[in-house]
Amino acid sequence: MISTDSDILSTAETWAKAGRSVALATVVETWGSAPRPVGSHLVIDGEGNFLGSVSGGCVEGAVVEEAAEVIADGRARTLEFGVADETAWKVGLSCGGSIKVYVEKVS
Amino acid sequence: MELGVLAALNAERTARRATILVTDVASGVQRLVKTGDMAADPLAEALDRQLRMAKSGMVEADGRSWFLTVQAPHPRVIVTGAVHISQAMAPMAKLLDLDLVIVDPRTAFATAERFPDVRLLAEWPDEAIATLGLDAYTAFVALTHDPKIDDPGLEAALRSDCFYIGALGSRKTHGRRLERLSAAGFGEADTARIHAPIGLDIGAVSPAEIALAILGEIVSTLRGPRRKPA
Repeated sequence: MISTDSDILSTAETWAKAGRSVALATVVETWGSAPRPVGSHLVIDGEGNFLGSVSGGCVEGAVVEEAAEVIADGRARTLEFGVADETAWKVGLSCGGSIKVYVEKVS
Repeated sequence: MELGVLAALNAERTARRATILVTDVASGVQRLVKTGDMAADPLAEALDRQLRMAKSGMVEADGRSWFLTVQAPHPRVIVTGAVHISQAMAPMAKLLDLDLVIVDPRTAFATAERFPDVRLLAEWPDEAIATLGLDAYTAFVALTHDPKIDDPGLEAALRSDCFYIGALGSRKTHGRRLERLSAAGFGEADTARIHAPIGLDIGAVSPAEIALAILGEIVSTLRGPRRKPA
């Protein structure tokens, strides 16, 4: 829901202002049946703590890992997950849909 | 994202103002577009479309992919009159994800028994509205038929930029209402904002049907195109 994703943006600000390294992940595109709608957020800190959801649990682990890279090099990137993806065997979406997640550093 | 941009995005949301964060997905370049700047933005049409739907989304323009993070304030409906129609409106509004508040100073009408699970204020509308506030994402609906109660609410609504104003009553009742509002200093352009007779013309008869017609008109005003195609 909107309120939840708003809470996540507030949390991202709070964490960043407290001096924590922060990355923000956003679902930017979905195809087929996807568990979370476009615009859903996940906030991740440098220690791997996270809040929110971009897929209801299917790919959060991979996004958190990638967020560590984004925090390290400061470069935003777009990740793709889906059944057509090779990584789908590991972290794919069981619902058969696919999603694109944009991950950026808050600095 | 720069922390300043994130803070501004959060501040706009708290203030209940529509805002869109535009991100060039390839380069990561971003800009925050506030309500007043949307019409002049190069992506104005896409911004308007996404904002009406209150949906974030990807748009293609100038050979680039832009992601629009859309923050549209949650729409609210303020109703004067704890009456049959508002009893029917309450559960319908909940299904439509509209925040409904019912205001009626008559404590015999405004009881929790008649209105379970809905925000109910047994106050005069002008006092209640001063607290609640009216903004571009608020609809105001007057249902009491009683000028003592409806008029102060309507006057507050006309002074605000709320997106919808509707008032129950026959053409005759509305005619007298217009005379009173005119005497109170409101011009024709102001009073033309009032939807009366209220609701979509679906031949509504029962209170629930009238509630449906009113909510249909509110949704249509909220989501309908503000700019007609040429």
